[in-house]
Amino acid sequence: MAFYRAQVLVCGGAGCISSGCKAVQQALIHEINKAGIDEEVKVIETGCIGTCELGPVLVVYPDGTFYQKVKPEDVHTIVEEHLVKGRIVSRLLYKDPLTEKTIPEYTKISFFAGQTRVALRNTGVIDPSVIEEYIARDGYAALGKVLTEMSPEQVIDEISRSGLRGRGGAGFSTGLKWRLTAQAPGDEKYVVCNADEGDPGAFMDRSILEGDPHSIIEAMAIAGYAIGSSQGYIYVRAEYPLAVANMQRAIEQARQYNLLGKDIFGTGFDFDLEIRVGAGAFVCGEETALIASIEGNRGEPRPKPPYPSNSGLWGKPTLINNVETLANIPPIILQGSEWFRQIGTEKSKGTKVFAVAGKINNTGLVEVPMGMTLREIIYDVCGGIPGGKQFKAAQTGGPSGGCLTADHLDVPMEYDSLVSLGSMMGSGGLIIMDEDTCMVDIARFFLDFTQDESCGKCTPCRIGTKRMLEILNRITRGEGKEGDIEALEALAENIKKSSLCGLGQSAPNPVLSTLRYFRSEYEAHIREKRCPAGACQALIVYAIQPDRCRGCGVCARVCPVEAVSGQPRSPYEINSEKCIKCGLCREKCPFDAIAKH
Amino acid sequence: MKSLEDLKKLRDSARQMMHLREGGDSVRIVIGMGTCGIAAGARETLAAVMQELERLHLYDVVVTQTGCAGFCDKEPLVDVILPGQPRVTYAKVDGERARRIIDEHVVNGRVIEQWVIER
Amino acid sequence: MIKLTIDGVTVAVPEGTDVLAAAKAAGIRIPTLCYMEKYNEIGACRLCLVEVKGMRGLLAACTLQASDGMEVYTNTPAVREARRTNLELLLSDHPQDCLICVRNGQCELQSLAEEMGIRRQRFEGEKSAYPLDHSTLSIMRDPNKCVLCRRCVAVCKQVQGVGVLGAVERGFDTIVAPEGGCLLHDVACVLCGQCVMVCPTGALAEVDNTEEVFAALNDKSKHVIVQTAPAVRVAIGEEFGYPPGTIVTGKMVSALRRLGFQAVFDTDFAADLTIWEEANELLERLNNGGTLPMITSCSPGWIKFIEHYYPDLIEHLSTCKSPQQMLGALAKTYYAEKIGVSPEDIFLVSVMPCTAKKFERARPEMVGESGLPDVDIVLTTRELARMIKVAGIDLPQLPDSDFDSPLGLSTGAGVIFGATGGVMEAALRTAYEWVSGEALTNVELEAVRGLSGVKEAEVKLPGTDITLRVAVAHGLANARQLLDKIRTGKADYHFIEIMACPGGCISGGGQPRPADVNEFNALREQRIKGVYRADRDLPLRKSHENPAVKELYDTYLGEIGGERAHHLLHTNYTVRGKYLRTIRQH
Repeated sequence: MAFYRAQVLVCGGAGCISSGCKAVQQALIHEINKAGIDEEVKVIETGCIGTCELGPVLVVYPDGTFYQKVKPEDVHTIVEEHLVKGRIVSRLLYKDPLTEKTIPEYTKISFFAGQTRVALRNTGVIDPSVIEEYIARDGYAALGKVLTEMSPEQVIDEISRSGLRGRGGAGFSTGLKWRLTAQAPGDEKYVVCNADEGDPGAFMDRSILEGDPHSIIEAMAIAGYAIGSSQGYIYVRAEYPLAVANMQRAIEQARQYNLLGKDIFGTGFDFDLEIRVGAGAFVCGEETALIASIEGNRGEPRPKPPYPSNSGLWGKPTLINNVETLANIPPIILQGSEWFRQIGTEKSKGTKVFAVAGKINNTGLVEVPMGMTLREIIYDVCGGIPGGKQFKAAQTGGPSGGCLTADHLDVPMEYDSLVSLGSMMGSGGLIIMDEDTCMVDIARFFLDFTQDESCGKCTPCRIGTKRMLEILNRITRGEGKEGDIEALEALAENIKKSSLCGLGQSAPNPVLSTLRYFRSEYEAHIREKRCPAGACQALIVYAIQPDRCRGCGVCARVCPVEAVSGQPRSPYEINSEKCIKCGLCREKCPFDAIAKH
Repeated sequence: MKSLEDLKKLRDSARQMMHLREGGDSVRIVIGMGTCGIAAGARETLAAVMQELERLHLYDVVVTQTGCAGFCDKEPLVDVILPGQPRVTYAKVDGERARRIIDEHVVNGRVIEQWVIER
Repeated sequence: MIKLTIDGVTVAVPEGTDVLAAAKAAGIRIPTLCYMEKYNEIGACRLCLVEVKGMRGLLAACTLQASDGMEVYTNTPAVREARRTNLELLLSDHPQDCLICVRNGQCELQSLAEEMGIRRQRFEGEKSAYPLDHSTLSIMRDPNKCVLCRRCVAVCKQVQGVGVLGAVERGFDTIVAPEGGCLLHDVACVLCGQCVMVCPTGALAEVDNTEEVFAALNDKSKHVIVQTAPAVRVAIGEEFGYPPGTIVTGKMVSALRRLGFQAVFDTDFAADLTIWEEANELLERLNNGGTLPMITSCSPGWIKFIEHYYPDLIEHLSTCKSPQQMLGALAKTYYAEKIGVSPEDIFLVSVMPCTAKKFERARPEMVGESGLPDVDIVLTTRELARMIKVAGIDLPQLPDSDFDSPLGLSTGAGVIFGATGGVMEAALRTAYEWVSGEALTNVELEAVRGLSGVKEAEVKLPGTDITLRVAVAHGLANARQLLDKIRTGKADYHFIEIMACPGGCISGGGQPRPADVNEFNALREQRIKGVYRADRDLPLRKSHENPAVKELYDTYLGEIGGERAHHLLHTNYTVRGKYLRTIRQH
């Protein structure tokens, strides 16, 4: 093995690939070779570091310097200055959005410092294509431990004691799920990893699959041992090609090292894995639909019970865990359930990864202890809301969840508190909204998603969500009428109670929760034909304030549809019939004379 | 891989590769790589340090650079910081001195006093 | 047994019973729409919702297993509201052109709306708007009337082993359609019409040819005649208020005359004729080392099925035309000559229990020597009932009358063609006597009767060393079992009868629909009883004793299996394959 004095980590997650990390990586290798330091400095492509907004990012070790938004043309300077001369290139450093201070060191940046990384312990740290790097960080030691020191019952007990709950949606006890599957009668059982991540904006599972695939393989093998299964399937969507490729390579490496296959560690335990690629239907994240899809059928849910733990894949007892859940398993085994229980709250143990998006300075993935408040996540970890705007609401749980308001900023983020507020943890989507966001429009957005993703099998979800969406469309167009809110509520209650699967049962949540906290916005749309946030285009009116207008005529010149008219040096007017509400006049007015309401 | 022992062996050797990223208590060697340092031959010093560390399998030693320290005529300057101990700065470290410093100071903990200009 | 209470009524049911059945046992009706026992227990329509103490939300009774101590409530405000809301949602995406719908008065959606007391339309919005599928001669699809119960999907796949129907698209756009969203014509559909039989609404129906028949009847230049299949007479009465299985042959013949048909013939005659040819073909194959087992060829859905899915086994098919086509061929030759009318002026209508017969009629193989199709129009039983009603004919009040000669006389063996096992039984009645020369005293071959999926029998032919091994399958999924056996060389039968539809023609895709799909088998049994009663009531019960057939051979056809007979009464088949669209592109 060669000695390197420095290692440069290039984030190679799908998000950074989109922002051009491959070109940066090539430039880096080129410049390092040119500087003649290729035997001193090693370039390592890692998985997602989490700061997707800031990509492409580089971390230079041993000092852990974090460079953000690196362009290929910046690379020359980094190599010459930092790698050759040891001088940090401060213009590429991260600047704290609140204090405006630059922070060179990765671990000192509040975004990272505020996190507790268990599930994401390796992503962004190791090179996912090198199994040795996973092993160096105690990879497969947990598997070794359970196979040589623990009985399956002890493994299940340990997971149960840890208090780990499913990270994919409902938060069912993982230990209990394992126990039920272990106890179900049947010689043949399966372990399935649900990697059909579908919530818009959530990508923690992708990040783990891409950046730390071996942790999932190891966890599935442990689960296989615990429940008595020798075959696992990873159901991952085709839209995650890098995750599929990294996972496939990891499986092959694990087989080469006999960490998958027959007689693992010489203990007689056999376990192997296959990847099944799904077409990315949201509903296939529902476990019975996922099973149908793996079996080769249309991905549609079936009524439960029977639960997959008794009758799953091909009718056999099947354990289905989500990616993030599985990623927690090896650390629990190695460090013990007691260690894990110390993280989090009484009923929600451990950490949760949130995919923070929307009106927030640092978007990306953050892993924080359960029970951290929304305020801490938004302001301490994620750098607050851009443009000095006010926080209005946060959507948790994606399209199946609901919203939290400013009143809830200090509520601990954990399974039960979220449910009691009419939302849910879901898979950890966290969308931050500021004062410019219309809550009716947000509800409409999520419902549009779920009604489109409905499998169409059961009546309430297929037709009911469509009818709700039609009402919401009308309201946001200014065509709402008295009785619409009541109709929405009646439909929502019915869909929740009578749909076949979790997709339908949770689809009305965004509407119910925005009705609960922002009913007055609905009423303003319906009764006053007004969008209080000024977001619903059909309800916006642009008007020139005569006392401010100096008659310069810029507005009339930029208007694409000749809706503005007037005489120079006297106030102009907007013809609201012609106006297409593009907002260009308001943007261009030098005197801020154009109001939007 | 046949046993847990095999895994442990592999882990221990693989850890060296990860050491730079893990941080923690380790010996640090800091080489002055300002313009003056490079002019005085700091690049050769750096190369010698790395070769010697590799020869001795000292993968957990962290090697970094620093800029001009103000003693331009004493370059190349090399700091050795053992965990929990103050920094020791050596002056005019060429390749030969660098190897000696590693053998004596880093491996055996004996400071080579005659080359030290500051501690 | 487990005990549970439903609406306070304690009921004991065997373990594994679903709540729907348990409620029925407790005398409580739970409405269902998508539920079809054993075949379609999918919980999709959400009309059978119930509340269960200690369980979240509302649950579909059809998929919920009863458990000991369970407390079920079927009539709470929440349950009523949810059922109604879901039904109203279905109605909000339904054309509601009930007055002019083919299912007017016989629609399950209509009945449910009535049963649940729907008197207002709370939800309105976009409705599905798909073009109608008129691509086949047999079955019409109106996806806009589809309620996505998927009973058709279940029947097509599980009962018929065909599986060309499925759900396509997603969300509100989901429709049940031929695979890939194609037209029915473009997939390997066998046109059996079993989907039509279980469709609760007007989304699947027979192609209606009644107007063409009325037009022909009005055309004075045509000699318009009709034939009726064996199974029609035991079912058409249901459309006029008779209990299932009632034999209304005489009244039906009278009604046909009143409609204006100039001769009313009986397909049973041709069924007897089929036995002469088919029994002869079987004996020839037995004696001359022909392809065995030989398989019957009366059922056009079955023929289309083997052409699509087992084209390698076509050699096993009897080359005999179906009775409908035999009668057609004779009507435009033998009969035309007999009455001195040119074949072009004869217009032959068939009344069949079958939608696939509409396809069979139009096969290129079924064009006669005059260049005309042997049969001009096929009506299903349902269409004939409609014509009779439209014409203001009060069927129950009609006197009985007899079929016309020369194609009207038949034996009991011809009648039993209508039930599964009937062709086999009829053929054996004849083959037995022909080979052994002995009279068969007990003509009723119980082993091949009834509704079990595959039936087998062995018949020793006296005076020979032949023991005929026979098998009967009805419903194409059952047929697959036998065909797979043949393919793998494990079928040592001599003769197999296959009918496309479960129960045989008596529940063909053109018959009156069951009032309750979950009582379909009971209905089949009653119709089958009717068939066997009709057999017993006839003086002649063996096809080879039919004097009219004998006269036909003596005066016109000549030898059994002879050249003339071959020319008029036998046919050949077309290899089709499973993937039609691909084939057509090549």
